[in-house]
Amino acid sequence: MENRPLEYDYTVAKLFMFMTIVLGVVGMLIGVILAFELAFPGLNTMLGSGVAEYTSFGRLRPLHTDSIIFGFVLSGIFTSWYYIGQRVLKVSMSESKFLMFIGKLHFGLYAVGVVAIVASLLLGYTTSKEYAEFEWPIDIVVVLIWVLFGISIFGLIGIRREKSLYISIWYFIANFLGVAMLYVFNNMEIPTYFASGGHGDILHSVSMYAGTNDAMVQWWYGHNAVAFVLTVPIIAIMYYFLPKESGQAIYSYKLSLLSFWGLMFVYLWAGGHHLIYSTVPDWVQSMGSVFSVVLILPSWGSAINMLLTMKGEWQQVAASPLIKFMILASTFYMFSTLEGPIQAIKSVNAIAHFTDWIVGHVHDGALGWVGFVVIAAIYHMAPRVFKREIYSKSLMSTQFWIQTLGIVLYFTSMWIAGITQGMMWRAHDEFGNLAYSFIDTVTVLHPYYAIRGVGGLLYLVGFLMFAYNIYKTMSARPVEEYELQNASPMGA
Amino acid sequence: MSIAELQAYGYVAAMVVLVFVTYGYAYHLYTKKKDANGKDYEDYSNMALRDDLTDTPVSARSEHKEK
Ligand code: HEM
Ligand code: HEM
Repeated sequence: MENRPLEYDYTVAKLFMFMTIVLGVVGMLIGVILAFELAFPGLNTMLGSGVAEYTSFGRLRPLHTDSIIFGFVLSGIFTSWYYIGQRVLKVSMSESKFLMFIGKLHFGLYAVGVVAIVASLLLGYTTSKEYAEFEWPIDIVVVLIWVLFGISIFGLIGIRREKSLYISIWYFIANFLGVAMLYVFNNMEIPTYFASGGHGDILHSVSMYAGTNDAMVQWWYGHNAVAFVLTVPIIAIMYYFLPKESGQAIYSYKLSLLSFWGLMFVYLWAGGHHLIYSTVPDWVQSMGSVFSVVLILPSWGSAINMLLTMKGEWQQVAASPLIKFMILASTFYMFSTLEGPIQAIKSVNAIAHFTDWIVGHVHDGALGWVGFVVIAAIYHMAPRVFKREIYSKSLMSTQFWIQTLGIVLYFTSMWIAGITQGMMWRAHDEFGNLAYSFIDTVTVLHPYYAIRGVGGLLYLVGFLMFAYNIYKTMSARPVEEYELQNASPMGA
Repeated sequence: MSIAELQAYGYVAAMVVLVFVTYGYAYHLYTKKKDANGKDYEDYSNMALRDDLTDTPVSARSEHKEK
């Protein structure tokens, strides 16, 4: 042991990697079930009406959003942090027993949190605030998990060899600080059992905010959950893995700094776009709209920077399925950050709000951008972590095309469904009577819901291929250090 | 002046300041091209490209080396 050269230690990264894959399968499977339940409502009682409570759309929907966002995506972020952090700071976790312990504790507590969340949501415990459904004891566990993540980030920064912080580290820090602030403020709640002197369910709580205030805090949080979980850390991951895998320096490091501050400055003010035409003050709505449109600039700043990193190297996109994932992801990032601002314009939102177009927007960002980046990151890390080549390149390519087709089916069907819905709801005759009743829209939308279900199923099938590929990678051909410089080694 | 008006003026002032700061930063980055230590900003990309434990850091933390 004494003379072994110092190496990066990926123990914790590996643990989170397994978690990412398991929760990805769970979350996407539930997504597919939900999609088919919407198309074929009979499925709500697929296991009999006795257990309908557990299989119904209402019970499963928060389980999908939470297991995907705080399960799959967040584990992917943690995996990447425990990998990228060491490398760009040039310090190994094995150099600090303390940080190693914190990392393992972080994972352990996270696993406990996952079990608690899945169980409580299945049993129907919820605060009914979207993306903040967890009841108060779980919120406390979440805060502890987050504190451990913070110790791990700042601890590693404290013992670093590289003085400057690479741009990805800035984004990880923003992810940490942003979520900490948002989560604590939005989840201020009073456990009713204690406040009432022992009445009711011990897990139940009520928010400290009421009515419109609650809505504003909720969407300040909800929108920034998009910002600080589905955007900021994903950019962190991209800014490391794209240059590394392609061997190209970031197109413009200056642009990455500039769009970082742009994003930080603008994102926090855009949450009002979720509450257009609601009871919140008009100026909050206008501010939300205006800032949403301005948000195109820093978003495209990052996206263009990613795409131009491939300047003169476009043959790599054709040659490597791994680069394909990343480039398509950047494109989808541009796409959803153009679509979002359009939906935030008041007159457009009048049609789009409450419709499937929003769900379409969510998933072209989620599947195309977030999902693909997490998948690409794990594909790049797997050979380095296991010291083996990726089991199969052709399987990876097939996965790419199947999933891309799935995404296209998903968002196109939701566009048509959403706009049809929006137009039908507002259509009226010359006397102002509504032209359609709700059930008319349901009938018309049925085929599109079925198409979305098929699209989602394809994405899930692709993800299972990914899981299999990573599983087989663990016993594939061992590789030498020099093969791991840039492009990841792949078997046929 | 009511609190709402104060908020509104404060808000506009903050916007103007932040817009100037952001554009100022952009101007600084693209005219100076180098940071206070005389290092070209673009060199920092190498933190990702040369990230083996044995690679030399882009800017080493000297205190750390002495230990
Ligand atoms: C410039 C960037 C973006 C802007 C301005 C924007 C704007 C919007 C707007 C206007 C809505 C609809 C609100 C409503 O009427 O209900 C929305 C919903 C949503 N967006 Fe975006 N979006 C952006 C980027 C993204 C990205 C990159 C993602 C990542 C996956 C994303 C995820 C979501 C989610 C999850 C919702 C649904 C929230 C809910 O109702 O539960 N957005 N966005
Ligand atoms: C196999 C892939 C997936 C399928 C089939 C799927 C399906 C669904 C369905 C059917 C809904 C409910 C829509 C409604 O209430 O009308 C939903 C909601 C949602 N899903 Fe997915 N999903 C998938 C993957 C993902 C991924 C990877 C993410 C995030 C990274 C995600 C994030 C969300 C969010 C945030 C919502 C709430 C949207 C809103 O409130 O507007 N989903 N999904």
